[in-house]
Amino acid sequence: MFPDFLTDIYSDYTIRNITLGAMVLGLVSGSLGTFAVLRRQSLLGDSISHAVLPGIILAFMLTGSRDPLILILGAAIVGWLATLSIMAIVNTTRIKQDASLALVLSVFFGFGMVLMTFVQRQPDAAAAGLQRFLFGQAAAIIWDDVRTMLLIGGAAMAVFLLFWKEFKLVVFDRAFAFSLGMPVRRFDVLLTTLLVIAIVIGLQTVGVILMSAMVVAPAAAARQWTDRLGLVTTLAGLFGALAGVTGALISAYAARMPTGPTIVLCLTAIVLFSLVLAPNRGILWAWVRQHRQSRELRSRVVLADLYWLSQQHAGDDSGHSIATLEAMSAGRVAVDHGLEDLEQAGLAERTDEETWTITERGREQAIRDLAEEEREGSDV
Amino acid sequence: MTTMTSAALESQPAIAVRDLTVAYNDRPVIWDLDLDVPAGVLMAIVGPNGAGKTTLIKAMLDLVRPAAGQVEILGQPYRKSRDRVGYVPQRGSVDWDFPTNVLDVVQMGRYGALGWIRRPGNRERELALEALDKVSMGEFADRQISQLSGGQQQRVFLARALVQNADVYLMDEPFQGVDATTERAIITLLKELRSEGKTVVCVHHDLQTVPDYFDWVALLNIRKIASGPVSEVYNETNLRLTYGGRVAFLSRDAAAPATAQAAVEED
Repeated sequence: MFPDFLTDIYSDYTIRNITLGAMVLGLVSGSLGTFAVLRRQSLLGDSISHAVLPGIILAFMLTGSRDPLILILGAAIVGWLATLSIMAIVNTTRIKQDASLALVLSVFFGFGMVLMTFVQRQPDAAAAGLQRFLFGQAAAIIWDDVRTMLLIGGAAMAVFLLFWKEFKLVVFDRAFAFSLGMPVRRFDVLLTTLLVIAIVIGLQTVGVILMSAMVVAPAAAARQWTDRLGLVTTLAGLFGALAGVTGALISAYAARMPTGPTIVLCLTAIVLFSLVLAPNRGILWAWVRQHRQSRELRSRVVLADLYWLSQQHAGDDSGHSIATLEAMSAGRVAVDHGLEDLEQAGLAERTDEETWTITERGREQAIRDLAEEEREGSDV
Repeated sequence: MTTMTSAALESQPAIAVRDLTVAYNDRPVIWDLDLDVPAGVLMAIVGPNGAGKTTLIKAMLDLVRPAAGQVEILGQPYRKSRDRVGYVPQRGSVDWDFPTNVLDVVQMGRYGALGWIRRPGNRERELALEALDKVSMGEFADRQISQLSGGQQQRVFLARALVQNADVYLMDEPFQGVDATTERAIITLLKELRSEGKTVVCVHHDLQTVPDYFDWVALLNIRKIASGPVSEVYNETNLRLTYGGRVAFLSRDAAAPATAQAAVEED
């Protein structure tokens, strides 16, 4: 099957369009999404993606055309209108940001659904395909769609890269950007426009309901792997493209698989993988680190006790019983395991079945530990 | 100290605030404030919480729109003089988990001079490293900003202001939450800036250190209570006017102005 599938990408017109389209969309929305996430506008992305539905339908009703460029334009205009509504509600009323996001999302989306139902009742065959804007349909991607995505996505990426330094400063330190005389508000508008583009570019492939995942999830996953902004952005684009292509191809091959949800499932796999396994930030690494630290601490406590005992009983080499050591640490640490770790490190040795003594190296180590504790203590 | 003070008074003020009123939601935070900051002084702005200290700095930088009045820096409105002004915002005003490193943040101080689109190059890198050395953070250039302590974050912000190579520096609580070592390093640096003839204005909270650190002070509580040389205006009467008649406060801090007088007389 696999070789078939590879030849398909080159030879089969449909598959090539699907792959290319999903790749462009994943790359653009993933990398542009990084700044939305860093600006804490993930939920704004979700609101916008739902709110553009009436824009698509209205554009179709007004022009009667299903040209992707026209539908995307309609979506972008309404997406902007939704953003302005959210800002207006927050600025002029006592309604807070979260409530206004939810309000705009539901009102716009509801209106879109009403329009869609209305249009589909009309005896017009052209309206039949509009349903796919809900959950997306990769199989329907044609070369026109790919070209539109390339055009809009390419323009957005060019602006993004051109003003990279300015965007970075505005997002990281707004007040400082203002103090340098940067037109911060214009950059806000520009960044929000890029967010709208990141969303509308994938509407017919992923659909309005799940499109925000394409914007937010790749950035969230990429952030796990690196602390460098350029790398976070690149990685987010690659994750987006990977999930986009995989999901689109699966849904195109398997019968009756909706594209949007399939792509989102692929993204979820990437996010989970990153959350658990990424070095430093990953859950697994945090767990390993914590385990190692508690083990080190245990060894230190036992060694200190052993040292204290050896000072108290100078000249007595018969060793000290585990029971004594357990009593000293009051059951807070597993003394026997700690002793085994110390033995491996050559800091303590067994003198009998149940008794242990500190080695010369252990003695030196304990003295160093105590000195260090004293230094740290005096700092506070 | 006295000679420098009188010289400062004669020349044109570095910052001139006239009739400044700033309001948030119809509540005045700064009321009809006049303030001259002479060139070449190291000035503290002190006052209780909500006295408008940060707002005053922001108004000087055109970050908030005043309801009335104006500010001139080096004889010009801010938008004309901003190339000669350096700014250190409050450390807590940014997200330190932002994915970038120390060198990158310091280079941001050059963005104004760089202009549009152009990226920082070798020159910016050298200037940034030099500034980092000045705040003893040279070895942290490649460090992620999320891994810095509070004092180190503050020094990174200072280094960023240094590469702006300004004549007037406005700093919002540069000593807030830093360790003793950093505090000493910062004050040494600020005094160095002053000796180079630069004007430094800091929002400051620790009333005890005002006489040791600063030579000029403005006492603020929505209105200006007093401003001038520390030796002349930093006294119990003005502090009482600024902070209100809170007895607990006065009994603890009344000693500070007294030592201030003593320190100045010794000079």
